Formats: sequence, structure tokens, C-alpha cells
Amino acid sequence: MATTVKIEVKDNDIVASLQVFLKSVLGQPRIGAMLVSQHLPMKNVVMPTLVTDPEALEGADPLAPSFPLNAAKLVSRLTRKPSGAIIAAVLRPCEIRAFVELVKLNQAGRENLILIGFDCLGAYKNSDYLKVVNKDGDKATQKFYEQVLLKNDLSSEEIEISNACKACEHPLPEGVDITIGLLGAPVKDYLWIKADTAEGENILAKLNLTSVDEPPDRNRAVELLLEKRLAYRDRMFEENHLATGNIEKLTTYLAGCVNCYNCRVACPVCYCRECVFVTDVFDHEPAQYLRWSNRKKLIKMPTDTVFYHITRLAHMSTACVGCGQCSNACPNDIPVMELFRTVAHKTQQAFAYEAGRNLDEPPPLSVFKEDEFKELTAINE
Amino acid sequence: MTDFEPTIIAFVCNWCTYTAADLAGTSRLMYPANVRLVRVMCTGMVDPKYVIKSFLEGADAVLVSGCHPGDCHYINGNFKARRRIKLLKEILPQFGFENKRLKLTWIGASDGIQFADTISKMVDDIKSLGPSRVKTRMVI
Repeated sequence: MATTVKIEVKDNDIVASLQVFLKSVLGQPRIGAMLVSQHLPMKNVVMPTLVTDPEALEGADPLAPSFPLNAAKLVSRLTRKPSGAIIAAVLRPCEIRAFVELVKLNQAGRENLILIGFDCLGAYKNSDYLKVVNKDGDKATQKFYEQVLLKNDLSSEEIEISNACKACEHPLPEGVDITIGLLGAPVKDYLWIKADTAEGENILAKLNLTSVDEPPDRNRAVELLLEKRLAYRDRMFEENHLATGNIEKLTTYLAGCVNCYNCRVACPVCYCRECVFVTDVFDHEPAQYLRWSNRKKLIKMPTDTVFYHITRLAHMSTACVGCGQCSNACPNDIPVMELFRTVAHKTQQAFAYEAGRNLDEPPPLSVFKEDEFKELTAINE
Repeated sequence: MTDFEPTIIAFVCNWCTYTAADLAGTSRLMYPANVRLVRVMCTGMVDPKYVIKSFLEGADAVLVSGCHPGDCHYINGNFKARRRIKLLKEILPQFGFENKRLKLTWIGASDGIQFADTISKMVDDIKSLGPSRVKTRMVI
């Protein structure tokens, strides 16, 4: 039976209570550092920080409904070689799933890492979060959780969480050492903490917290949330099929693409050091552009935008965790996430694979079986 | 459309299907001239982007063809190719490319007749399917 404990919430302040907990975790001598999102002292934005002194967790706010980047890439930087210390990382479920993909792609290591996950209720788009934080300052997080947990309303102050979060069917952290439970917990009184591994047990055992059973309402709360998210997701898939179902539609959908490659940079699982799209393969001869234009009368410049997106789908869609950072990063508001999730759902299904689910399942394009997909080479297909 | 002559891009492996095509030629077998062969060392090196680029440049169909299972010169490149074709067959139909336009076959070095037959049949199939809509559209 897993250890489950509670951390008291005082004065209705979830953020402060969580900070106390995180300080006590980082205070343990064997843990060298903690990667956690904080309000930066110089400006009221929330960014991942690497903290070694528990006292420097004053601004820690991992629950902030802000998602400026997928921190899986940062954990990859910290774990691709031994760092000499045990690092605790407080991550969103989609960051954990992206991290799992990176481990399988040999870009990160699970050793000497303690993963602390929390029930994720979503985050705003970057631009929306800035509006919220400018208005509510430090209280933005508290206000958000009061709204979504107590009133069970996913839109707060008429600004909605990002589409990726609305369509996310993985609000619970998977593959972590410690889960911070919010769903179904009486968050006015306490947050519910669960040890998921022996490592997690070990840490919680040293904190002398009061044990408490899993909140009875938790399953129901998770079910309700999933129902809502899946309905949104499936509607999104349908709408995307209609919007991109043939090549003219896809070209229209991607018309605003300027080859900035922000979506690729923001993508946690696009890990190639040098993407083929920035190599000289795409330094076309000037005369080539004229030949294209002559053939089609008119070509959109820059070229290779549709090619880029379809190729990226082929290269990474089986690893797509649906975090939505691609859409977040697009300067021209192309709904990239909607397209990639829709296609990724298909490609992952084709290989009975789910990105981020399990460290033991090899990425589909890295393995094969002799006895599979025989219909592809049947003579009279 | 009777005067439609499809363009088929075929990525064929050096050791099996290219040799089969060569055999078809030296055996004076007739097959349609619609196919443009691209010789690769192994089907396992056909990156999905080669196939995507072919389609976006207006190819009416793409054939990837290599050695029979167990015969791969590089042991298992053809199995890797099969996974990639499976992947493409999930992605491309999303954007209106009919599944028939992408084909994977195993044609061994001694199968000159089968090579000629495969190309003839593919040309017939694509003729009845009609030209790819990318051909005339602005898609780069």
C-alpha cells in the first residue's frame, strides 16, 4: 500500500503550502537541487528554475497556470550525463511524458532524478497568462485553482486555458516518484500527496507528514474531467479532419507559415541537433525557384512550408505528447497543435503506441517485427 | 481521362528491385515508361521525406521496392522500410492522398517479370484513379 499523506493548507493559500513541502524535500541532504517553476524576482513571469538552497524557493509556484516552455528539454540537459547530484524535478504531466520520450531517444536519463508530478488542470496560452499575471500578480495561481477546483469551471475570468490543455486526456502524472493530488482533495484544508515508487516512499517517510487516505471524491473528479477533455479532443479531431482533409485545405491551413521553425524549437521531442530543414538541402538554387514558379504560375514564398510540416509529422508524430507548445510558439497563430495531435493520434494508434506512457515501450520507428503489416506488401492490395 | 500518363517515382534497392528492373530490360520485357527509378542502396534508407517530397512535387504515385524478407543485403533494412511506409500510409491519407498512390513491394533480383507486371498494374491503377491534385496546385 502506497504511502499517502497530506500537507495542510493554511489561509486558503495552496501556493504557500506547496512551497513549505518543496522546501522540506529540497532540505533533505541527499537531494542536491530542484527544478521547479518560480516567479522570477526581476519580473513577474513564471519560469523553470534550478534551485539548490531551500530558502530560494520563496517564489516557487509549479502550479501556476503558465506554460512558457516544455521543461522536458531542460531535464534532458540536466540528466543526459551524470550531474553528480540527485535532482528533484517538479513537472506537469505532459512534461513528464515528453521526458519519457527523450529518455527512450537517448537524450535524457532517469537515474538520479526524482520526478514530482501534480494533477494538471491546464495552463493559459503565453499571451493570456501575461494578461492574468499583470492583473492579479502573485494571486493569479490561487485565483485560478479556486475557480477550477471549487467551482469546477475550466474558464477563468473569461480567458480560457489553451486548446492543448482543453484536449488533454492525461491530467494525472504518470511514471513519477511523488504525486501531488489536487483533484477531489479538499484543497481548502489540505493537498494530498502520494508516493508512487520506493524512492518516493523514502522521501515522504522523512517528512513526518500526517497520513491520510486517498480522497474519496478523487476518482469521480478525474472521471468528470476526462469526460470533458475527451469530448473536446474528439470534436477537435473531427474539426481538424474537415479543415485539412485535402492538400488545398492543408495549404490554406498552413498559409501563414513563414518557416521560422519556432514550433520545432518549442517541441520537446524534436531533438535533432541539426534539423534537415536548416541544412543546405534546402538552400535551393535561385533558378530552382523560377522553375517552380514557371510550372505553377505562382508559388508562395518562403517555399517548403507544407513539406516541412508533413515531414515533421513523419519524423516526430509518434512521439507527440500533445503539450501544445508548437501552437504557443507560432507567431502567426497557426493551430499547429490541433493538426499534430490529430495526425499523431492516428500514427500512434497504428503502432499501438502512446507517447510518454511507458519507459519500456520502444519508439515505433526504432524497432520492427518480422511478422507485421503483411497487408502492405500483399500483391493485389 | 484517356490521355493521362501518370508519373510514378520508384525508390528501388540496389540489390534486388533495381537488379530486377535491369533484368526486365535485358530480357526485353515491355513495361510502361511512366516510372522514374531512383536507385538507393536499401529501402531502409528511404526517409519519409523523399516520399513526401515526391508527392508534393506532383508525383501521381510512389513505389518503394526492395528485397524479400530475409534477403535484405543489410539484414533488416526492408523491415524498417515497412514501418515507415505504414507511418506514411497513416499520415498522407489525412491530406487526401489516396492510399493506392503509395505502394511497397518486395521484388527479388531474379523477378524481372514480376517487376514489369508490378509497374504495368500500378500504371493501370493510377490511370483509373486520375492525376494527383497536387500537380496543378500551388503546393510547395
